[in-house]
Amino acid sequence: MNSSTPAPTTYRILIGKPGLDGHDRGAKVIARALRDAGFEVIYSGLHQTPGALVRTAIEEDVDGIGLSILSGAHNTLMPKVVELLQEEGADDIFVFGGGVIPEDDITKLEEAGVRAIFTPGTNTSEVIDFVKRACDDKYGRGQD
Amino acid sequence: MTGELREAILKGSRRAAARLMRLIDDDAPQARATLTALMPYAGDAYILGVTGNPGSGKSTLVSRLIARFRERGDTVGCIAIDPTSPFSGGAILGDRVRMQEHAEDDGVFIRSVATRGSLGGLSRSTPAMVQVLDAMGFDTVIVETVGVGQDEVEIIRLADTSLVTLVPGLGDDIQADKAGLMEIADVFVLNKSDLPGSQHLKRRIQTMLSLHQNTDAARSAAPAIVATSATSGDGIDELFAEVEIHRRSVEEDQSRQTRLQKRHTHLIRAIARSELEARFDEHVRSDRFSQLVDDLAAGQIDPYKAASQLLSWLAE
Ligand SMILES: Nc1nc2c(ncn2[C@@H]2O[C@H](COP(=O)(O)OP(=O)(O)OP(=O)(O)O)[C@@H](O)[C@H]2O)c(=O)[nH]1
Ligand SMILES: [Mg+2]
Repeated sequence: MNSSTPAPTTYRILIGKPGLDGHDRGAKVIARALRDAGFEVIYSGLHQTPGALVRTAIEEDVDGIGLSILSGAHNTLMPKVVELLQEEGADDIFVFGGGVIPEDDITKLEEAGVRAIFTPGTNTSEVIDFVKRACDDKYGRGQD
Repeated sequence: MTGELREAILKGSRRAAARLMRLIDDDAPQARATLTALMPYAGDAYILGVTGNPGSGKSTLVSRLIARFRERGDTVGCIAIDPTSPFSGGAILGDRVRMQEHAEDDGVFIRSVATRGSLGGLSRSTPAMVQVLDAMGFDTVIVETVGVGQDEVEIIRLADTSLVTLVPGLGDDIQADKAGLMEIADVFVLNKSDLPGSQHLKRRIQTMLSLHQNTDAARSAAPAIVATSATSGDGIDELFAEVEIHRRSVEEDQSRQTRLQKRHTHLIRAIARSELEARFDEHVRSDRFSQLVDDLAAGQIDPYKAASQLLSWLAE
C-alpha cells in the first residue's frame, strides 16, 4: 500500500496524551504550532491507552504520532505505541515524543524506534522542522 | 491499486478505508476509481446529521448516541468536521476528544475531517467519505458538521435525520432563526439543560416553530424538541427514542430509491462543485485572467464581459 501511495496535499499528525497525567498544555502548544504550519492535527485528549492511540492513528490515516508524556511513564508507553503500530502493519507512521525525559532514557527510546524526543524548552519551530522533514522523507520529497 | 484497495475495504480493513478517505479528501485520481467500485456496496446505511452552534455539545452528544446505537447492536461510522484555518491551511481536529471512549470498539470508525475552505458545514469530501463507511457495512453513519453557527444547511442534503443542537443563553431566539436552522431540524436538541434558561429556550423554540409551521406546508411532522445534558446523560434516552421515531418515519415514507436519489444528488453536486471551484481558481491565477484585469483598468472591457469571459473558460 505504501509504495504506491501518492504524496498527500496536507500532512496529518496525531497529538496524543497517553497515561495518567493531566497536563496537556505542552500538547496543545505543539498542536497549535503544527496547525499554524499548515498541518491537520488530530488531538486525542487526555488519558489515552496506547491501543486507542494506535487505532486512532490508523482511522485518521496520520503520517506521524506525537506523544506528550509528563507522568514519567514514557519508558513503557512510547515503546508500546511503536510496538502496536508494528503489529498493525502501520509502522510507516512515525512516532516522536515530548516530556521531561532524562538523557539515558532518550537513547533507549530512540533505540526502541521513537524517532525524536523533545524536552521542555525546545523551540516549537524545531519540532515543526522535524515533523515536516519526517513527512517529506516518507513520501520521498526532497528538502529545499 | 484500485482493486487492491477496494478488496481490502470490503474485507473491513480500517487502514485501507482510512487511506481511501485521505485520497478522497486530497482529490487524488486514484480515489475516483476506488470510490466508483464501492458504489454498488453502499446505500444501506442510515445517515444521522448533527449540527448546531460551536461548543453546543455536538461531539459529546454524538458520543452518547454512538453508545446507544452500539447497545442495540448497530455498528457506527462517524465523520466529524472541524474548520480549516484560513491563514495556514492547517486545522486542529478536536471533535474526537469527546468520542475516545469508542476508540477501540471494532464496531465504530471515527474520522476527523477539515473543511479545507468549503462552506456549508461539511467538507467537499464528506458525501464520498460517507459512501466509504456505508460500503464497509456500517449500519449508521453520524456526521457532525463544523460548528459555524450559520449556513450549516448542507447536512440536510445528506442526512436522513438532522439534529440541531441549541444551548441556553446564546440569545436563544435568534440563534436558530438567523442561521436558517429552524427549517432543517428533524429533532431539536436543547443541550446543556443543566444550565439556567433551558425552559425559556424551549418555549421560544415552540413559539417560533408554530409561526414557521403556518408557512411551511412542506414539512409533514413538527420537529420534536428534546432537552438533554450530554455531559450527565440526562435526556439521552428521550433523544435516542426521537431519533428512532424519525428514522422509522423516513423508512416508511420514503422508498430506498428516494433516499438514494437524495444522497446521490448531493454526492454529484459535491463532486461537481469541487471540480468547478478548482478550475475556477486555476483560471483566476492564469495569465489571460491577469490580462482581463489589465484590460478592465484600461477601459477596454467592462466587468460583466470580463466575468463572462472567465466563465466561458470553465467550459473549455
Ligand atoms: N454544562 C454542560 N456542558 C456541556 C454539555 N454538553 C457538552 N458540554 C461541554 O461543552 C463543551 C463543548 O462540547 P463539545 O461536545 O465539544 O461541543 P461541540 O458542539 O462538538 O463543539 P465544536 O465541535 O467545537 O463546535 C465541552 O466542555 C463539554 O464538556 C451539557 O449538556 N452541559
Ligand atoms: Mg465538536
